[in-house]
Amino acid sequence: MTTTKSNTYFWQGNQACAEGAIAAGCRFFAGYPITPASEIAAHMAKRLPQVGGIAIQMEDELASVGVAIGASWAGAKAMTATSGPGFSLMQEFIGYAFITETPCVIVDAQRAGPSTGQATKCGQGDVMQSRWGTHGDYSAIVLSPNSVEEMFTLTVRAFNLAEEYRTPVILLADETIAHMREQITVPSSDSVNVINRRKPRAGDKAFFGLEEVPPMPAVGEGFNVAVTGSTHDEYGIRFTADPLVHKKLVERLNNKIRNHVEEISDFEDYNIEGCQIALLVYGCTSRAIYEAVEKAEAKGIKIGYIRLKTIWPFPEKLVRKLAEKAEKIIVPEMNLGQICYEVERVANGLAEVIPLNKIGGGELITPEELLAKILREAEKNE
Amino acid sequence: MTQRVEVRISGLGGQGVVLAGQILGKAAVYSGRNAVQTQSYGSEARGSAAKSEVIISDSKIGFPAVRKCDVLVTLSQTALDKHFKDLKKGGVLLVDVSTVESIPETKVKVFKIPATETAKKTFGAGIYANMIMLGALARIINLVNDKAMEKAIRESVPEKTVEANVNAFNTGLEFLT
Repeated sequence: MTTTKSNTYFWQGNQACAEGAIAAGCRFFAGYPITPASEIAAHMAKRLPQVGGIAIQMEDELASVGVAIGASWAGAKAMTATSGPGFSLMQEFIGYAFITETPCVIVDAQRAGPSTGQATKCGQGDVMQSRWGTHGDYSAIVLSPNSVEEMFTLTVRAFNLAEEYRTPVILLADETIAHMREQITVPSSDSVNVINRRKPRAGDKAFFGLEEVPPMPAVGEGFNVAVTGSTHDEYGIRFTADPLVHKKLVERLNNKIRNHVEEISDFEDYNIEGCQIALLVYGCTSRAIYEAVEKAEAKGIKIGYIRLKTIWPFPEKLVRKLAEKAEKIIVPEMNLGQICYEVERVANGLAEVIPLNKIGGGELITPEELLAKILREAEKNE
Repeated sequence: MTQRVEVRISGLGGQGVVLAGQILGKAAVYSGRNAVQTQSYGSEARGSAAKSEVIISDSKIGFPAVRKCDVLVTLSQTALDKHFKDLKKGGVLLVDVSTVESIPETKVKVFKIPATETAKKTFGAGIYANMIMLGALARIINLVNDKAMEKAIRESVPEKTVEANVNAFNTGLEFLT
């Protein structure tokens, strides 16, 4: 028996998320209770005052993300956490955060929707909403953890990406990973890589352009910054009819993410080069692949996989490469098919894309179900 | 050889089956092993079906849910009726006979513990039945040391109830010693 290290804990995913946020420098949290995300709020309410931060329960989800955006402009790293129904309510402000280039982190611990659905049961139905939930032309950064440890590390990364690209970042968790408990070895605070937003220098005036990611002042620092959800120029001045100002702003906001897909993309892969059948997975569903892959290999099947830790921006080159190598790509999801269409678009006929869907009751796709699908598809090949 | 055990603790919301699973998993990690705990419960605060699952292993744990369990713990008749089919052939069934009336005929090893009755009599509240069952469970799976269990209990229950919970756990241990 080995001795347990003192920094090894048996934490719930939601607790790991809260601790990851604090390690990344988050000092403001606002939220409204909802299963399966409430433990994040509860933990932040306990922990943030201990580190000089503030946690508030707001009257609803709209207000929660609203004050998180405000806190960010006051200079704090800010977060809110919810589930599908609350995430729907937050969409308008997510667009506001995008156009005002406000770094903040929004956690959506998915449950079975639509609407109230099955409130305590797991689902992966918010994948497209996390990309296209608010209106207008925008690009989202969305991360997908598959363990308690990743609830910590990907929350840290979400904050770092938010600060680096000055944009809201969504941590798209799910009930299973949020509520699950498993061991986690927490890195010491000095070994956590923390990125902070670039601050302006005296005399700077352009906080909304000229550079791909402009510097961001806080209110009260003397920069007289105007923050508006209307189309604005580099200096924050509203231009509500000029076509060029709108084109320039919205293209830059999208390009600052689209031009950096490779840097933002994070994934785990196995045997891409040598596989005939591939799996494309993310989140809780990916926990079934390890056993299924081992058993498929024991039956002589050439199998590989990509597990996305960054869902959006979608890593087109990576998935295109997978489609060039594999004959078939199986996409297991706890929804009726969302990422599979993205895979199909990118594969563009190079590989056959096969969805494997399961919804209801929070029941995960089991390794047996996945293996059965792999075997059926391998048989068809012969 | 790699040691691995999969446990399902089942009952009704309010009986503390989720807490029992959390404590077991925590103690397993404190004993230097890998553990994953998952749960399933209804939207209601009390009375709907609840279960907590724990996988303890010396190697990395992929799939976190229990499909077939080595040990099934039940604190209600409906839970036993629902989950009995998922108990492995060579598994162990641990039943609170204060709350379960009928146990199906079976070749698996069955331990009958009057947990809720004992909890009421000894600790003044049936709510401690989960710790009594946890004590018996810890003795059966034998992968988690008792000190780690006690530490995990102390960290996981309200301060005022620590001693009663630890005593209830020890009572459960003694049932099978």
